[in-house]
Amino acid sequence: MGAMEKRATDKLKERFGDAAVLELKEFRDEVTLVVRSELIVEISRFLRDDPELQYNFLSDLCGVDWPGRPERFEVVYNLYSLRHKSRLRLKVRLPESDPTVASVSEVWPTANWHEREAYDLYGIRFAGHPDLRRILNPDDFGNFPYRKDFPIR
Amino acid sequence: MSEMETLKSPMERYLEQSILFTTVEKMVNWSRRSSIWPVSFGLACCAIEMMASGASRFDIARFGSELFRASPRQADLMIVAGTLTQKMAPVFKKIYDQMPEPKWVIAMGACTISGGIFNNYSVVQGVDRIVPVDVYVPGCPPTPEGLIYGLMKLQKKIEMEPLRKLWEKPGHEIRP
Repeated sequence: MGAMEKRATDKLKERFGDAAVLELKEFRDEVTLVVRSELIVEISRFLRDDPELQYNFLSDLCGVDWPGRPERFEVVYNLYSLRHKSRLRLKVRLPESDPTVASVSEVWPTANWHEREAYDLYGIRFAGHPDLRRILNPDDFGNFPYRKDFPIR
Repeated sequence: MSEMETLKSPMERYLEQSILFTTVEKMVNWSRRSSIWPVSFGLACCAIEMMASGASRFDIARFGSELFRASPRQADLMIVAGTLTQKMAPVFKKIYDQMPEPKWVIAMGACTISGGIFNNYSVVQGVDRIVPVDVYVPGCPPTPEGLIYGLMKLQKKIEMEPLRKLWEKPGHEIRP
């Protein structure tokens, strides 16, 4: 783990408590933090605004379907600090019964379309999103094609 | 010059040289097939080959089809070049409906013929599910030569079209 990622992790734990970070994974110098979904907006804003971190660029946001897991859906946030040239990945896990997480489009405006995409393909709902419509499929599509139980044909 | 020839007036000689007997049907079909104006409608990578067909190297103008129109109302051929998605389908149908009769359709490439490799939820499995297709040009993508051959096939088809087809169409009956 590089110094920047270490600092980000420590600061997050210091600010939000150890319980906010559910899991910490490292793979080939890439750091992934699984965080509590209720805190995602606060954590995002903190990572963006802290002068030592400045993760001001959301390079990607996407959904994942893990059939069989107790919390079926995941939302992945790939952050980049243009100032410190550091990458950080956040994940939240959402149950199938209510796959809802707060929108981060207020923090990074680019999340607007990414969240619409995740909603379109996985049916993940983003609370507080200004315009949560389908972005790729027709409006009357009525299904979420990237869910693993969606038939290929 | 024979004696008979010299007896002809200049007008008679002129008429002999410049009058041609044919049928209205042949005349109409000849003029139709000689200047088919396609609508600019590219959906995917096939459109690149379609553009190449229109440019200098292949030069579809040699067949009278170089005038790609930006408005469907001025076009009589639709070259469907590329993958037609379900979301694009209503737009595609509207553009086809806006073209005045007579009109023809060339399905260019595997995607427009059958959906191609995209056998899934988002792609129309063949544009002939939505509009009538006159010529199918297979390939992924077809070469400009292939498209031009398809255009020549369409020209042959237009030449053979009976004129009465026009009023035999539903809604075009001639009423006494």
